[in-house]
Amino acid sequence: MDLAYGPDYEAFRTQVRDFIAKNRDKAPKRFGVSRPSEESIAWQKLLIAHGLTARTIPKEYGGYGAEPDILKSRIIAEEFTAAKLPTGLANQGISMLVPTLLELGTEEQKKKWIEPTLKGEVVWCQGYSEPGSGSDLASLQTKATEDGDDFIINGQKIWTSTAHAADMIFCLVRTEPEAKKHEGISYLIFSMKTPGIEVRPLTTMTGHAEFNEVFFTDVRVPQKDIVAGRGQGWFVANATLKHERGMLGDPNQAGTRLKEIVDLMHEETVDGTRLIDHPVYRDRLMQLQARVFAMQFHGLRLLTAASKGEDPGIARLIVKLQGCELNHQLAALAIDALGEIGVLYGDSPHLRAHGSWQHRYMFDLGLIIGGGTAQIQKNIISERGLGMPREPKPAKA
Amino acid sequence: MEFGLSEDQKLLQESVRGTLEKVSPLERVRKAAEAREDFVEDVWAALKDLGVPGMLVPEAHGGMGMALLDAALVAEMLGRYVAPVPFIATAVMAPIAIAGAGSKAQQEAWLPKLASGEAIAGVAIAEAASGAREGAGVTASGGRLSGKSLFALDAAKADVIVVADKAGGLYLVRGDTRGLTKVALTSIDLTRTLTELQFDNVDAEALSTGDSDATRRRVVDAGRVMLAADTLGAGWAMIDKAVEYAGERKQFGRVIASFQAVKHLCAEMAAELEPCRSLVWYAAHAFDAMPEEASLMAAHAKAHTAETGRFVARTATEVHGGMGFTDLLGLHYWFKRIGLDRQLLGSPERVRHEAAAMQGWVAAD
Repeated sequence: MDLAYGPDYEAFRTQVRDFIAKNRDKAPKRFGVSRPSEESIAWQKLLIAHGLTARTIPKEYGGYGAEPDILKSRIIAEEFTAAKLPTGLANQGISMLVPTLLELGTEEQKKKWIEPTLKGEVVWCQGYSEPGSGSDLASLQTKATEDGDDFIINGQKIWTSTAHAADMIFCLVRTEPEAKKHEGISYLIFSMKTPGIEVRPLTTMTGHAEFNEVFFTDVRVPQKDIVAGRGQGWFVANATLKHERGMLGDPNQAGTRLKEIVDLMHEETVDGTRLIDHPVYRDRLMQLQARVFAMQFHGLRLLTAASKGEDPGIARLIVKLQGCELNHQLAALAIDALGEIGVLYGDSPHLRAHGSWQHRYMFDLGLIIGGGTAQIQKNIISERGLGMPREPKPAKA
Repeated sequence: MEFGLSEDQKLLQESVRGTLEKVSPLERVRKAAEAREDFVEDVWAALKDLGVPGMLVPEAHGGMGMALLDAALVAEMLGRYVAPVPFIATAVMAPIAIAGAGSKAQQEAWLPKLASGEAIAGVAIAEAASGAREGAGVTASGGRLSGKSLFALDAAKADVIVVADKAGGLYLVRGDTRGLTKVALTSIDLTRTLTELQFDNVDAEALSTGDSDATRRRVVDAGRVMLAADTLGAGWAMIDKAVEYAGERKQFGRVIASFQAVKHLCAEMAAELEPCRSLVWYAAHAFDAMPEEASLMAAHAKAHTAETGRFVARTATEVHGGMGFTDLLGLHYWFKRIGLDRQLLGSPERVRHEAAAMQGWVAAD
């Protein structure tokens, strides 16, 4: 047990701080809603050049080419969070497609797509879920039929964030209709400009169109743009989902949120009494503080395991479930402590924090459901973590 | 940066696990509980062989001078095996009190004996740590103690007892001193003793070297971390038993572990309890390495693990169905261990209130 980083890492931290001191005025003020703004792209390139993002991606593919070092990555994240600066782009192309191509793509695919994706020049969306295939993703029905050197794609995807602005899609399609459901899927990448694609915005309970539905009608795509071969899509997608679940439920986000609530409870009053002096609200705050600490230290434990190449087992499997729920509970406390003010939304008078507590409370519910529902997470924890058997399949009628 | 156990710590925990597996199986625990043995010599002897009583005693006094995290790893195993032995007071709280605030003579008189396990120490600090019930409390006057202290730990057979008085002091009282009356209290948990101490002008020695306020604080902090670790171990034992039982019990033609209604309960228990491990490790580490954070982290570890422990205890019992409710499986020994841990040295509500006050979030009246 040693929570100090040691002199080499502290020297690295100093370098990061120096970079921040010299360059903080170059950080983007406007990020762009669906596509990165020009300032964001310039900032991203500067960060890559200094090894502060895309750090371990090989130089030949447009990354910085450093050896993986999870502690350095954490130091970068800590310093940028402390300086309230954005740490570079974090879209689905960068967080999910790039690691997938690095692991499973052909040399040509890596050369063609990774660098422009890292630089924010190519924006991706993810075509996984379908109206009839959510938790049971492997039942997906969007079909890709062979036609010469091409596939002809027909079907529908849903929950496709940024589809309206994306250049490209990485998409799961059924190429082998005769095969078993997990073995008939391929992972295909193609342009969103291809004729026959229609994108319709999907407005959620937050009032914003955070997602889209995407319809494919006779969309012609070259067969060569499959990643890892026909029928391998399920395997490829699982490699990708692993990256997504690592992103969801970040405990440091909960720590930041807790600090905001502590400030709020010191500033806001009811009947002239500060909320922090109200024993019931305060007790809820204390319960959540313990949970935030527990998840932060749990994060340190996973970080240590990862840095040693150890498998932390069940400890890793619980992060998405617990982390998303904790963020949701934090937003709930802020809303409850604010009472009627907590339900104000939109551009209402008396609104606090631009209505972000309600937005987060609702959006977090989406995160609890998305990326593998809480119930699917519990299946994973009990089956892979505790060794309990799968639900038997119902007998065929 | 390394947040995890060293190889030595893993070995320590495994050797305690292996020993308890042999000497403290459920049959032994049940025999001790049913016979109301107030001192289980064979289990204690096995822990003495491992050096457990002397873990926290400084090496200069014959102990091992280990860290609180090491003691927490042992506490976790004692909870896992519902081991019917004194530990929290004799091996943790009393050595910290005597080493922290005892004179050289007091240290020499008691620490080597505690380290070897030849003497047992109790601690009477409930009124200071969790509030006085029924007007209890001890008053010191001219080196003599009067009044009563409830819920003393490891005190049933103690040779010496560390007593906290109402004024913030700590005292050493011999177990056989004239005027001291011990009344055994019966709690739900028959694996550990709980004692009422009545003091009628009892001869006592003050532990008054150094900062006794800080020592009292540390005694309570350390005790809270041990209770959290005990609940962590007992809770994981209950989860493991629930998973095992669900894998054997068949209803509707299949093992109940294959029903999501049952699996999800098990997943929830694991997901709630596993982060408590990191909180316990951090709190124990802070006790030695980050003293400014120690009290807050001990409080949070205690309160949060108690809340999670309660959820695990009832849920694991439910997974066992009617059998979990019977005495036959003995699951209730873990249920009750967790139940006692929760109330000792401050129930969650009181401890969270303290944790808020430590951060300046409780306005002075």
